[in-house]
Amino acid sequence: MITDQELEVFINEVYEHFGFDFSGYSRASFKRRVDRMMQMDGFPNFHEFLLKVLSDSVYFTHTVEEITVNVTEMFRDPMFYKVLRTEILPILATKPFIRFWHAGCSTGEEVYSMAIMLREANLLHKSLIYATDINNVVLNVARKGVFPLRMMKQYSENYMVSGGNKDFSEYYTANYGLAKFGEDLSEKMVFSQHNLVSDGSFNEFDLILCRNVLIYFDKDLQERALGLFDSSLARLGYLALGTKESIKYSSIQNKFRQFEKEKIWKKIK
Amino acid sequence: MISSTKVVIIGGSAGSLDVLLQLLPKLHRIHSFAIVIVVHRKSAEDTNLEDLIALKTTIPVKDVEDKIMLSPGFIYIAPSDYHLLFEKNNLLALDTSEKINHSRPSIDVSFESAADAFGSDLVGILLSGANADGTEGLIAIKKAHGITVVQQPQTAEMAFMPENAVRYANPDYVLDVAGILEFMVSIDK
Repeated sequence: MITDQELEVFINEVYEHFGFDFSGYSRASFKRRVDRMMQMDGFPNFHEFLLKVLSDSVYFTHTVEEITVNVTEMFRDPMFYKVLRTEILPILATKPFIRFWHAGCSTGEEVYSMAIMLREANLLHKSLIYATDINNVVLNVARKGVFPLRMMKQYSENYMVSGGNKDFSEYYTANYGLAKFGEDLSEKMVFSQHNLVSDGSFNEFDLILCRNVLIYFDKDLQERALGLFDSSLARLGYLALGTKESIKYSSIQNKFRQFEKEKIWKKIK
Repeated sequence: MISSTKVVIIGGSAGSLDVLLQLLPKLHRIHSFAIVIVVHRKSAEDTNLEDLIALKTTIPVKDVEDKIMLSPGFIYIAPSDYHLLFEKNNLLALDTSEKINHSRPSIDVSFESAADAFGSDLVGILLSGANADGTEGLIAIKKAHGITVVQQPQTAEMAFMPENAVRYANPDYVLDVAGILEFMVSIDK
């Protein structure tokens, strides 16, 4: 395992060379990811790994893909989606135009989940869904809307628990082990690279979803990201986080009111 | 001999819940360390395990959320569908990365992270289970000078997990449930 000191060297060198700032990442998880990467690629020691990262920009890009966590699924935590579907979307439906932001969208499974719910609520035509991630490779997967077919059984179950009552397989075409979701779903999506560490606000939104992203940040960086979300939300807009994340100890908490016991907060100030 | 245990981390899979439900009610109260429980669980059952354990013990069970502080005298339970990790500043951290040993939470992931964060102030206990998760974690704890305890395989409902650990992790103690209880009481200063 690499030492804490080596990890700090890695973070500093990567920032100096490439401008990517991982200094606000939660060390426990980040260390494990870097360690795993070194083992997978068979580096005998930290210095050889560091040399490769710094001297080979293609390998660096690959490193960023591997050390940032990109595990996601459609309708992850179906009960959360049920609340969105039955409680939040009907409120947003009264607006002439609805803007969504999926921050840290990874390969886009949750973005397509949202589009499906918007379609079923007859809101997709007046919605725009921005989806961003630090990692361009996962964004390309998201743009294509192609996911492993073997996951569809579970996604279909999640979809039903979330309150969906259509045949889930109508939303995709299956081919060679892949499920391709229709372009009628993706036409209202805008994907772009955005780094929560360094980039600013780029629009005003009615609902921001950032689920299981803040867990990879330390408290200072969480504070920055939450400030960014606050300044990117319309008044009475909503912020949705992961099931084990909270704004409870952040400086924005007084401007928000939690929606029942859900990880959804309404901006009231 | 044992001076400064800050954390007792307990891992288990099939058959471990019964052991916990025998063990925890008899502990009444702990003073000097926190108990962290990492057991394999289905994502669907979610909050049931916390409720079940809270019902059976007088030790307060803390709701685990990202970056909460680990404090002595409390029980923490790894939530389903997350890996549970430890920061150097006593905060808990969560991670949704790939399953390890087909499990999230994985015992190895939590044990290894705890070994890194707490070193010799850590006790790792591995209970009944039907897969190999936990052995690598115990090896890491031992390497970091923590204390390792494994449930006596013949007393485990599923012997595979403790057997594997006895074979490969050379634990400091191999104990039955009464022995584990006695051990835990003895390290609470």
